[in-house]
Parts: sequence; structure tokens; C-alpha cells
Amino acid sequence: MITQMLFRALDKKAIWLVVVLVAVAVLVPASNLLLPEGHPLHVPTYLVSLFGKYLTYAMLALALDLVWGYVGILSLGHGAFFALGGYAMGMYLMRQIGPRGVYANPILPDFMVFLNYKELPWYWYGFDMFWFAMAMVVIVPGLLAFVFGWFAFRSRVTGVYLSIITQALTFALLLAFFRNDFGFGGNNGLTDFKDILGFNIQAQSTRATLFALSAGFLALFVLICSAIVNSKLGKVMVAVRDAESRTRFLGWRPENVKLFAFTVSAVMAGIAGALYVPQVGIINPGEFAPENSIEAVIWVAVGGRGTIIGPIIGAILVNMGKSFFTGALPDYWLFALGGLFVVVTLFLPKGIVGLFQKARARRGIETAKPSTVTPAKPAAEPAE
Amino acid sequence: MSDKSETMLYLDGVSVSFDGFRALNHLSIIVHPAEMLAIIGPNGAGKTTMMDIITGKTRPDDGEVLFDGRTDLTKLDEASIANLGIGRKFQKPTVFESHSVWDNIVLSLKKPRNVFSALGYIETASDKARITEILETVRLAHRKDELAADLSHGQKQWLEIGMLLAQDPKLLLVDEPVAGMTDSETMETAKLLRDIATTRSVVVVEHDMSFVRELDTRVTCLAEGSVLAEGTLDQVSANPVVIERYLGR
Repeated sequence: MITQMLFRALDKKAIWLVVVLVAVAVLVPASNLLLPEGHPLHVPTYLVSLFGKYLTYAMLALALDLVWGYVGILSLGHGAFFALGGYAMGMYLMRQIGPRGVYANPILPDFMVFLNYKELPWYWYGFDMFWFAMAMVVIVPGLLAFVFGWFAFRSRVTGVYLSIITQALTFALLLAFFRNDFGFGGNNGLTDFKDILGFNIQAQSTRATLFALSAGFLALFVLICSAIVNSKLGKVMVAVRDAESRTRFLGWRPENVKLFAFTVSAVMAGIAGALYVPQVGIINPGEFAPENSIEAVIWVAVGGRGTIIGPIIGAILVNMGKSFFTGALPDYWLFALGGLFVVVTLFLPKGIVGLFQKARARRGIETAKPSTVTPAKPAAEPAE
Repeated sequence: MSDKSETMLYLDGVSVSFDGFRALNHLSIIVHPAEMLAIIGPNGAGKTTMMDIITGKTRPDDGEVLFDGRTDLTKLDEASIANLGIGRKFQKPTVFESHSVWDNIVLSLKKPRNVFSALGYIETASDKARITEILETVRLAHRKDELAADLSHGQKQWLEIGMLLAQDPKLLLVDEPVAGMTDSETMETAKLLRDIATTRSVVVVEHDMSFVRELDTRVTCLAEGSVLAEGTLDQVSANPVVIERYLGR
């Protein structure tokens, strides 16, 4: 069954995408580490880190697309799962600092000493072990999504109401993580990381490795998403998106389909967050800000929802734009982002990928299989 | 009404109100195995509400709804009822427009409906044969790879009937199946439903009298949420009350 699924996952587009990502995972770090500085093909370390960050955003966008593009759940709180994965990684990195902190306490991170903690809170236990922290990266976002989805989807909360609850979820976490006595560093978050698995986190080779891991995980997520959406379950997901109540009368349970997609998506977002934190060197409550989740929605919309490659392109392009704007014209980035969203909504309902599909169709070349790429307008509820 | 166990569908004294409006008023209907029942009646007579109650979309305020003589449908949700073997075709044809005609049937095919079996599902040769057979029955085999959105209204009606067949139900609820069909398509549909009714129970709601005549079966006329008259089409349409409240208007 697994081989069958893998075979199905590797349709032509997914193969290309995976090949490109694996090539990027190998070539970029190689060029950074092996070629001398000044060589025309040398990729400077700052770019490796920057694009490593973009790749983690691309994972978040792909995760969001799985629930929004394919099941029609517009989550405005996916940044929460990303941040939770990031915090789990951050907690591991904090415990690795050990006695090298400013206060040189071998157990307590600096902010705890500063806030007069006498001993480590119970929920920090185990985070000195890498495997435990990595398990938490998966379990915490996954469990939260499962419990949240269990109640929300069972009560048949849909559409804009669900979006608002997801937004409230991330906002509630934002407020909680801002509190100093919550035990996660409050406003300042977790930072000053020293090393990961014994390797210096600032070292060029560590950064190159993190980049390679990010590209590799993105390739893996492409495979997983492709396997899901090309299966019969993927067809049910699209059916739920377009005519949810009709699927019930065929005997499907949309709440279970949604719960599966939502949980898988949250786990992917959590892993993305865990790869993001060591590359940017900090995680703070700002990552839970609703704006972050909304920005992720824009990446998906710009790239093209309901496609595998769209959200990846969208996340990378929009963030390149953001890096450029915040450097060159810092005051205008939000206007540019807002304008972009309006333009995409009005003129590019299927995003950049839709634009290419249209151009291809016009030239009479084979069009992409429409069943998976057309986020059709949701059919009106059946039967009155 | 003591022989419940011999029935496929048994409604007794079913009532439901929406905001004080009594949509169904002590409605009682029986459908036997391998029997077709045609239901006619003016707008607002409660035909669609009755289907909503049978399929679990609406809960009755009062009354008994039994399937296969023993299963109480008022306690179950839509998906459980569908999986018991009750298929429904909606008044407005509702197919999955962004899927191909073929995939619409795949999603309806009687198979385990849980998430993980759908994830691991592989189309076997016998499934393919069954889907092809269904598509030939509803005359859509030549359009199997096209999007359902591109079908005409009448073809969507046929596709929905195909989806019903794929579910392999014991009881089919068919709401206005011939709206938007040409006369010859209407006759074909009547023939198809008569064929189906030789092995399964079928409840058809329809306004088109020539179609109901073609079905050549027992007719029940509903009005204001309860049964006005029962019998053959000739008996029902000769009934003075029916003429006054439905046909004459």
C-alpha cells in the first residue's frame, strides 16, 4: 500500500518539484561551503540563512494550502502551530546553553534567573534531550489541532466563523506567551542560542546544514501532500470543499476528513517552525501575531491555492518582496502587501500558477489536470 | 400499521414545525421492499421536508421513522443513514463540479467511508468495471473524463442518478429527477427508475404528471404536510379534493 501511494504521489509535477528541491538542498550548501568567497557561483552565508527562512515559510504555506486550498478551511491561525513548533525547538536550544548564559546557571535559562525562578517548571523537563524536543515539535501542534478541530468540526463550525475562531486561538496564545509568569520568556521570547546537537549554531556549516534540512523537509512535505491530494481521500477533500453537505448524504463524514487534514497540516507547520527558529536565532510571542497567519494566507493566494507548487512560489516571492521593501522602502511594505492581495483577488483568482495555466491553455499545450487545480466556487448548499 | 417488519420505509404520525409553521402534520407513509412510490403535491406540501427527515437532515418533533422495519432513523445522522443504504438525489442536481464524471462515481461507490481506507484506496479492475457499467446505464460513458461542471442540466441529473446507483442503496429517494430534461430523456428516466424498482425501493417526488403516469405505480398526494389521497394515478387525479387543492389550481 505504501509503495502504491508513493507511486501515485509522484505525478509529473511533483517529481519535478522534488528533484528541484533536492538539487537545491545539495547544491546551495555545497556552493556555500566548497567554493571560495569571490567565486561567481559562491552563495554567501547570509543568503543561505535568508533563503533557509523562506523555505520554512514555504512549508507553512504548503501546510496552509492543504487545509485551505483543498478542504476549504480558511485557517487564520496557522502561525500558531508554526510558533509552537518553534518554541519547542527554542526550548531545546535554551537548555543547550547551560552554564554559558549570562547568569551561568547550569539548569535555568537566563530569563528564569532574572525572573527569580527557583527551579525549572515541570513543562521544561525533557527539553534538554533532542529527541524529546523533536517529539514535542510534532506532538504539541498536532494535539492542539486535533483537539481544536475535534470540537470545531464536530459542531459544524464552518466558513468565516471557523476563521474567526482560529484567529482567536492564535491571539489567545499570543497573550499567554507574552506573560512573564507563563514560563516561556515573556515578551523577549527565547534567544541567545549557542549550539544545536553540539554544533555551533552560528557556524557556516551549521547554517548550510539547516538550509539543506529545510529544503529536504519541504521536498518531503511536497511528497506527503501530493500523496494525500492524489488519493481518493484528496478527492473527498475537494468534494467537502465544494459541497460539504452533499458528501454527508453519500455517507462521508466531512468532520473526520477535515480533522485529518487539519492535524497533518498543523504538524507540518510545527516542523517548519522548528526549522525556522535556529536559522533566525530567536522565537518570541510576536510569531503568534494574527498578522503572521494572515500573511501566510496571502502567500498561498498569491502563489495559487489548491496547487502544490503555488504556495511554495508564493511564500518565496512575497518574502523576497518583503525583504526588498523593508530594506528599500520600509514605510510602504504594508501598502504593497495590501495592494498585492487586492490585485490577486481581483485579477488572479488562481494566483501565479493560474496565470501560467491560462497561458499554457492559450498556447494549446496540454492543460494541467483540472480536478486538482481548480478551486471552483463552492456550490450552493444542496436542497433547501 | 402493525406489519412494520415487512416494510422498507415506515413513517407514522410524523410532525415537524419550523417557527410555528407546521411543515409535516401526522404524516404516515409506507414503502415496501422493491416497490416504487410516487409522491405528488403542491409546493409547500412537505415533500422535501419528508426527505430531509428520512435522511437525517431534519429531526421530527413527533412520530416514528423506521428503515427496513427496525432501524430508527430519527436517532442517526446523515452519514450513518446514507451508509445504512438510503440514497438521495436532490431537487437541484448536486454533483461535485470540480471532479470528473468518473471521480463523481468513484466517490459514491459503496466502499468503506473512513479517512484511512480512502487514503489507501486503489481502484481495482472490478471497481473500474462497475463504474463503467454505471456510466453506461446513465449514458455518460463517453464523457467520463470531463468535469461534471461541464455537463448539461439534464446530464447532471443523470450523473446524480448514477451516483445513487453506485451507492448500491436499498432505498432511493429521488427528488424531481426530470426537471430540465427533454421528453425523450424523461421517458428514459422513467424506464430506468422502473428497472431499479424491481430490486430496490424507490420514492420519487415529481410535478411532471406525464412522467408520473409513465412510472405506472402507486401514487400518494401530499398537501399541507399530510396525505391527501392514495392509489393509482387515475384514482388520485380523479379525487375531487386533489383536483380542488392541487391539480385544479
